Amino acid sequence: MLIGVSIIVFAMVRAIPGDPAQIMLGQTATPSQVAEVRDQLGLNEPLPVQYLLFVKDAVRGDLGTSLVTGRPVTAELLERLPATFELTAFAMLIAILVGVPVGVISAVKQYSLLDKVASVLALTGISLPIFWLAMILIVIFGVNLQLLPFPGRLGPTTAITSITGLVLVDSLLTLNFAGFWDGLLHLIMPAIALGTIPMAVIMRMTRSSMLEVMGEDYVRTARAKGVAPWRVVTKHALRNAMLPTVTVIGLLAGLLMGGSILTETIFSWPGVGQITLESISRRDYAMIQGVVLYGAVLFVLINLLVDILYAVLDPRVRL
Amino acid sequence: MARTRGLRNISRGDFLKLSGAGLTGAVLLGVAGCGGGETISGGGGGASGSTLTFGRGADSVTLDPINATDGESFRATRQIFDTLLDFAPESFDLQPALAAEIPKPEDGGLTYTIKLRPGIKFHDGSALDAEAVKFNFDRWRDTKNKYHKGGGGQTSEFAYYSAQFGGFDDDSIIESVEAVDETTVRFRLKETQGPFLKNLTMSPFAIASPKAIMKDVGGFWQNPVGSGPYTFESWERNSQVRVQAFKEWWGADLPASEGFGGPKMNTVVIRSIPDNTSRVAALTGNQLNAADGLVPDDVPAIEDTDGFKLEYRPPNTIGYLALNNQVKPFDDPRVRQAFNYAIDVEKIVETVLRGTGEVASNYMPSLLPFFNNSVKPYPFDPAKAEQLLEDAGVSNLETELWYMPIPRPYMPDAKSVAQVMQQDLKKVGVNAKLVTYEWGTYLEKTGEGEHPMCLLGWTGDNGDPDNFLNVLLNSATATPTDAQNVAYYKNPEVDELLLKGQTSIVESERKKAYYKAQEIMHEDAPWVPIAYVEPPIGLQESVQGFAPNPTSSEPFNTVSISGGK
Repeated sequence: MLIGVSIIVFAMVRAIPGDPAQIMLGQTATPSQVAEVRDQLGLNEPLPVQYLLFVKDAVRGDLGTSLVTGRPVTAELLERLPATFELTAFAMLIAILVGVPVGVISAVKQYSLLDKVASVLALTGISLPIFWLAMILIVIFGVNLQLLPFPGRLGPTTAITSITGLVLVDSLLTLNFAGFWDGLLHLIMPAIALGTIPMAVIMRMTRSSMLEVMGEDYVRTARAKGVAPWRVVTKHALRNAMLPTVTVIGLLAGLLMGGSILTETIFSWPGVGQITLESISRRDYAMIQGVVLYGAVLFVLINLLVDILYAVLDPRVRL
Repeated sequence: MARTRGLRNISRGDFLKLSGAGLTGAVLLGVAGCGGGETISGGGGGASGSTLTFGRGADSVTLDPINATDGESFRATRQIFDTLLDFAPESFDLQPALAAEIPKPEDGGLTYTIKLRPGIKFHDGSALDAEAVKFNFDRWRDTKNKYHKGGGGQTSEFAYYSAQFGGFDDDSIIESVEAVDETTVRFRLKETQGPFLKNLTMSPFAIASPKAIMKDVGGFWQNPVGSGPYTFESWERNSQVRVQAFKEWWGADLPASEGFGGPKMNTVVIRSIPDNTSRVAALTGNQLNAADGLVPDDVPAIEDTDGFKLEYRPPNTIGYLALNNQVKPFDDPRVRQAFNYAIDVEKIVETVLRGTGEVASNYMPSLLPFFNNSVKPYPFDPAKAEQLLEDAGVSNLETELWYMPIPRPYMPDAKSVAQVMQQDLKKVGVNAKLVTYEWGTYLEKTGEGEHPMCLLGWTGDNGDPDNFLNVLLNSATATPTDAQNVAYYKNPEVDELLLKGQTSIVESERKKAYYKAQEIMHEDAPWVPIAYVEPPIGLQESVQGFAPNPTSSEPFNTVSISGGK
């Protein structure tokens, strides 16, 4: 799969019009400078040769050098990865912490007022474009109420010592509570913007699979045995209902990666999503390849993780 | 110069979403305009009295000024470094900076002796003396110099030195730099150069600490040491550059009227916020004290919001419609003049630029020296245009009008400009199809002369006519590829005048040459000059002493915030 992705990306990137050498040097470049840079970048080699060189290095963890910053792509990605990880993890956390309980309650209290409100909210959440929600959040909480700070990960005067690159973790490790608070406040709006769609999906998924499970014989049996109602829900029903939800969470990782491009751009979040858009518009071939390969690898890894989680949830898979 | 994100290469779905963002932006500004004004003094996260937070559209590329070419790098290095000479605030008049006075040309312009102010220290405590100046110029000029490197991954490889001083090593116009005594530096030139002293004001030619460079030339680009009003503190890539006041700055006790004094803020934070709408929102949400890179559409919203004001950068740009002089029917000057009469430039400035610019009458901005005031813009006269087209035997012309896909400082909304032009041209029987390409492709194709007409522009570097006219209209730059002269205008008489202006150091001779060149260009009409754009900068009303510099980066030493904590 990764080979397929790498070939497709490589070919697509080359098909984009525009000369990276020209873009790098800008409007003031002379023809000889452009030719020299093209040569330096290996852009004069035939395409198959360029591809083989790329694969050879990629296998060794060397994704090449960014045409724009001149630094190794791997280093650029590693530098930005913590920001994206922190944002997506927080978004996912919000999505799960809100989505699962609300989904469960909606199923248990089917057709109640709460169920109806939750259904409308889920539908709205799924239909809201990320950038729009982000803007509205900024207008209400950032500009008018001035409750939440933006953009970026920290305020201009907040400094924290970088250890893991994760603001919340680093600030706690160095006992910098002001930094932790500032980082947390900066996270809220982008995480909500990014987490709303997954939250809605998880909510709907949990609700429907809970409804299905609640009608199963073993749930009826448990009830008949006189198990406490909340225990039936949490112990017997939820665990089985979580299977489809976990699958969906794995697939949502792809959505989060796409969404992080928009969210990071709007909130000036210095992560992988921001550099994705930037590298595309600047024809940074090496960087685009790196970002897409990173995305593919991450997607594979997350789905592997989901498969493992199956085993935990469903002993039948553990053979 | 600053590059902007293009949107044409992402997936269709995302593209649609993003284009919708523009609409949302308009809504956002409307809402912001309604309610943003009440809590100004509250100053959210970013804006306290001792810290200036300045928002901009992109991060710096390097903090080693000689190895930068982009405005956002210079915006940061201007705070940390000083140049030998400088421009007086909001003008292109030379004034002394590290140099104690403006040197007079000797040997007919082949020698300049610069007296430095005594006792200047770099931030690392070493002395900024004649030897330090010599060290910098030697580093820049000699490719074999041990320190002719650094600048980081995206270094320009000393590009500005070679561009302004003719090249490196033996090609360099500067033959030698000599430290005569502790505070006297002597420059010997191979040939005279009209804009020599103006070049010394340019941000790339700021004087860096030799001690710091010798210690770690490879790391200097991210750990810069200069002598400027602020010392470097930290650079979080893609996020912000932070500098601290340098209390022993040599300019602290000099007059504020000349742009000295201060630094008044303890800390300056220069934040990168690439998304235009978020940057404006961050300003109106009091997360920023000031923001640059605003588009004309933002202007009314900020103007109408209580607690905010706008400053306009003096124009150092020109936006123009280049007519390809080598392509029929534009090889006929009558057709080119007809286009100048047919297009209502005043209307464009009023409706598209919303007054953030001045109608262009010449081929360089009016702030520059040797600007010929007697040349007036072509009046809007469709009848005259029709007559000229008829004389030239042109009727029912089908052609293409190319416009830039992204906002540029010299033309923030090229598409709207093109649309107005298209309508005006239709009225005189010219049917112009609007064409655009992704930005890189656009530069490539216009640089190869594939266009009949294209919109483009230029931002000046050193406040000299040479930097506009010679770059954009000399036949030498009408090259088959990567042309700067995209009008492919070739007039030997003009070439000669431009050479005269470049090499002469006698003001009256330069003036004569440039005045004449401007008159001839006006008659030849290779372009339809559009406007000298004055880019707006949004500020909180409490921000005082901000003097926008035409070169698009200004030191913040004079800036203060009133009523702050």
